[in-house]
Parts: sequence; C-alpha cells; structure tokens
Amino acid sequence: MQLEVNITGKSFESAAGKRHDVLDNVTFTLNAGEVGVLFGPSGCGKSTLLKILAGLDGNYQGHVTRSPGMRLGMVFQEPRLLPWRTVEENVRLAAPEVDDGTLAALFEVLELSAHHNHFPGELSLGLARRVALARAFAIEPDFLILDEPLASLDNALAGRLRDQIATLVASRKMMTLLVTHDLDDAVRLGDRLFFLSPRPARILHVETIAAPRATRGEPEIGEIKRQLSQLDLANM
Amino acid sequence: MLRLLSFALFIATWWIASLVIGDAKLPAPPAVLSVLIAEARSGALFVNLGATLARVALAFTLAMAIGSAIGYLMGRVSLANRLGDPWLILLLNLPALVVIVLAYIWAGLTEVAAIAAIAINKLPTAVVTLREGARALDPALDEMATAFALPRGRAFRHVILPQLAPYIAAAARSGLSLVWKIVLVAEYLGRPNGVGFEIGVAFQLFDIPLLLAYSLSFAGVVLVIETVMVQPFETRLTRWRLRAA
Repeated sequence: MQLEVNITGKSFESAAGKRHDVLDNVTFTLNAGEVGVLFGPSGCGKSTLLKILAGLDGNYQGHVTRSPGMRLGMVFQEPRLLPWRTVEENVRLAAPEVDDGTLAALFEVLELSAHHNHFPGELSLGLARRVALARAFAIEPDFLILDEPLASLDNALAGRLRDQIATLVASRKMMTLLVTHDLDDAVRLGDRLFFLSPRPARILHVETIAAPRATRGEPEIGEIKRQLSQLDLANM
Repeated sequence: MLRLLSFALFIATWWIASLVIGDAKLPAPPAVLSVLIAEARSGALFVNLGATLARVALAFTLAMAIGSAIGYLMGRVSLANRLGDPWLILLLNLPALVVIVLAYIWAGLTEVAAIAAIAINKLPTAVVTLREGARALDPALDEMATAFALPRGRAFRHVILPQLAPYIAAAARSGLSLVWKIVLVAEYLGRPNGVGFEIGVAFQLFDIPLLLAYSLSFAGVVLVIETVMVQPFETRLTRWRLRAA
C-alpha cells in the first residue's frame, strides 16, 4: 500500500467571482506503517488538502494515486457523528464487519466502554472525538487521516488521547496522515514531518525522524523540537 | 380529564344554543345522536366513513410519496429546481375547486379522478416542505458517508432520512389536514358515497340532524387518527432529541 501525492495546484472561486489559490505544489509519498504529519499555520489549506486525499474533492490540478481497494478511515476536525444513532450504532454503521471482540477492545483503549448506548448529544467533545476515532479504527483502515484530533481539548485530556492514538496507530500497519499545528504532537506521533507554507500551501521542508516512535524518550523529543524550532521557515 | 371537561363544555354550549336558536336550525344533541344511531344501524354511516377514509389514505399516500421524491430531487439538484419551480408555484396557488372540477371533466366522475384531484391539491405542499428539508441537509455528514464509503442505500437510510424526518412529519401533518378538508369537496361534487356526498344530500334536503351527524362523526374519526397515529409517530421520530435534552 502506498499513497502518491502530486498536486500542482488547487483554487476555488469565491462568491464574488475572485480566484483564490489554496494549494501550490504539494508532492510526497506515504508508505504503509508510516505516519506523515502535515504541519502548518491555521488556514493554510490543510483541510482542503485532506479532502483531496480522502477523495472528497476531485477538482484540482495534478494527481493522487491510491492503491486500489484501499480502505480509508477518517477523523474529521468536528466528530461528525450521527446524532440520531447511539455511539455503538455510529461505529457499526461505518464498519459493519467489525466483530464484537475487536469493538470491545477498541472501546476499552479509548475508554468508551460505558458509553455504548449514549447518543452523541450526550457526550462531551473529548468523548465524541474518541467515538470518531473508534469509528475510523473499526473499519481497519489502510489509510488513516486524522484532522487535528487533539484540537480544543485541555492539556491533560489531549495528552491521554495522544497516547491512545499512538497505541492504536502502532497496532496496525497502515499509512497515517496527521494534521496538527502543535509541534509537540507532531514530534511525538510522526515519522515524517511536512512543513507547509501559508496559503497557497506548498511543502517548505520535510523532516524525517529516524528513531522509531516507541523508543523516543523525553530528551530526544526535546532535542528534535529544539532543532525544528530553529528552522527559518519564513525564508524558505 | 381536561379533555373530557372540554368535551362536556362543548355539548353544553351546543345544547343551550339550540334552545336559543330553535330546533329547526340547530337540533339538540339527542336529535343528532338518534340520527347517528339510525345511520350506524343501517350500516350507511360505516360505508360512507369507510369510503372517505379509503380516499384519504390513497390520496395522502400518493401525494406524500410523489411529493417527497420530487421535493428531495428539487432540493438536491438545482436543474430540477429551476425546471420544477414555475409548476410548483402554479400548483401551490391553484384553487382546490379548479383542480377537482377539471379532473372530473377530463377523467369523468370516477374514483381515479377524485383521488388524483385530492392528491394534486396536497402534492405541492409536500414538495415545498421536502425541498426545504433537502436543502438543509448537512454537507459535513455527506462527506463523512462518502469518506467511509457507505453504500447509497445505507447512507440514505441512516444519514439522509433521519435529517428529513422532521420535514416529512411536518408535510404529513399539514398535508393530512388539507386532505381532510378537500376530500369532502371532491365527494360532494362527484362521488355517489362518502361523508361529503351525504353532507351534500343533507344540504339539499335541509336535513340538519343528518348533516351534523356526519360532520361530527367525521370530526371524531379525524381526532382519533391524529391522536392515535400521527402524534405517536412524531414522538418516535424525535426520540433521540428528547433524550439529549
């Protein structure tokens, strides 16, 4: 399984008829077992890029080559659950083939075991995010997209959820693409970091972290972050 | 309990009014009741109520099914909306009487003409309501369904239909009351049975107890159907909202 991204441009026309360029040149490949991180300022076009990669938007220049039969799991920025279905129904609807054992294990990791029969309207944002994560993992994806899964959660909760995501990502050999604007999350979860420019987005710098994710200790993480923060991204 | 009280108040008012106005114009409740019982004994009451109910059920189902489909299409596809909109405005503002008379002229005094005419009267309101519902569909959930490759049928049932449910309920509610009103006119003008026909006969003979007997039993049937069928259906649809609140 491999994802080849070769986008040369993406623009849209505003209601006033003005042309807006959202993406410039974005070229990279992602292999199975690898976690790519898209790192860039807010509003640089990350979500647009994700939509293209997820096959939700076909209106762009260039091409994206996906392996045939690739299963996509996606965690949107907002949880996007069906409010009229329970937590379990939401997950099973996307993943009808999931067996009870797998689902129970998944709910255990994400601390959702007590919430099977709750409706999304009864959940906090943190819990709803986890249901969205459970849904994406339940389909046993070949390609996982995580769009800012830790945004607007408090530090303790974000930290716990980050560890849970790390556990789940490590449990399966798939391509993962994470979008974040938090350097700490990027360094802890990613293998390759793609630094994006402000709009129209292009890749400024690619940082490959050699040490496997599980073996990175606090000092190494601190060192990588220190080096990265010295990058002069503004002049690339 | 409160309903019973309100019903008793209605009977009392009626009785007093009939004493004031006089039996010729407004017969007292017992006179109407005896006519009602006589009609029920002969079976005529049930034949006529049954005929009217069958027409209501057929026309309502037809108009809801076709109207919902057209409304959904017009809300989702802008070409369909542009093509259909002038017709919709025309139908919305066409008086019921015109539709019924034309239907009887073109299709004869037949059952098909009556049901079609009633359905055509109800159709545009269902279209308008469902078009609004289709326009209000959440594109974020559509994207979710596409990203997770939900098959069309499953996406429609679990993602689209629950979003349309309140609009379908609203269309059913307003449509049903419209059909109740129009069905009697259609029967009055061109059917040999049904509540509307009997009211027409009673009007020509100036038989006010008969007129009231049919009107009230019809109103009773409407009330029962509204409380037993429509209201529980609405409650069921919004179950997830009640729990969330």
